[in-house]
Amino acid sequence: MSRPEGAALVTGASGGIGAASARAIAAHGWPVAVHFRSDPDGAAAVVESIEADGGRAIAVRADLDSNEAADELLGQVEAAFGPALILVNNAGRRADGLSPQIKDEDWQSVIETNLNAAFRLTRRSLKPMIRARFGRVVNVASVVGPRANPGQANYAASKAGLIGMTKTIAVEVARRGVTVNAVAPGLVETGLTADLPSGAFDDAIPARRAGTPEEIAACIGFLASDEASYVTGSVLTVDGGMSA
Amino acid sequence: MTTKADPQSAEAVIRQGLEEVGADPGQITRDATFESLDVDSLDLVEIAQIVEDEFGVELVGDDVKDLKTVGEVIDLVVAKAS
Repeated sequence: MSRPEGAALVTGASGGIGAASARAIAAHGWPVAVHFRSDPDGAAAVVESIEADGGRAIAVRADLDSNEAADELLGQVEAAFGPALILVNNAGRRADGLSPQIKDEDWQSVIETNLNAAFRLTRRSLKPMIRARFGRVVNVASVVGPRANPGQANYAASKAGLIGMTKTIAVEVARRGVTVNAVAPGLVETGLTADLPSGAFDDAIPARRAGTPEEIAACIGFLASDEASYVTGSVLTVDGGMSA
Repeated sequence: MTTKADPQSAEAVIRQGLEEVGADPGQITRDATFESLDVDSLDLVEIAQIVEDEFGVELVGDDVKDLKTVGEVIDLVVAKAS
């Protein structure tokens, strides 16, 4: 099957799971737009490592909290490489607290970044994907959402919402060759979890360790691949056995 | 670059879009309903995209959901473009 002209966009790709995913998808031969908000050096390093391996990549900055930002970001990708036919909604944030104490802005900001921004980017990307009869949307959710985690009502809501969104959109566009899936990582060693005490959760994890960004990225890379063409509306749990 | 949306070019583009989404060319008339052409809401989303790319005319949800016939889409596109 010949590949349609286009690119992959990975949000929040200056480090962690996003950076590893950008590299994994670039290794499959796609040009990759490495999105970042506040870490240009991290994004530049990802671009450099992709280019050093013979791939193509650009770093693109955007604050994803507005509709215009989604349009502009996708416009930049299109100008550089063609339409984003692979979209990895990875950008995410936490603002933990027990529910009686979560402030409005901590609730809003987490829903905004983790869920609303993912929707806006997906909405805009679906059109060229539908026209190309090819698309891969991979939403980075979490085991938190489907499962409880005290102190993360906002995060859980955003990730459960992302999973619901994944399934419905998948079913809407499946017959156009566009797949929409989620990965649900468990505990992964990245900037997002750096403040957690190390080893604290190992007893809850059958694998007795946190996952690495590369292990999650391998799953994202699979779902974004040509081979995953019959996988859609699904959630791939990557958590060392925690949810089993 | 967008094309000017006069009735003839609008009809041609919409007709071609309908064929692309699987409508039988022989059945496409101004009075044909989308239902009779087996064109559903996802197909209409795609036709809206084709129309936008060609004429720069944006058809949003509220515009599209009450449209029943081919003629109504053609007229809407021409009206929005002017």
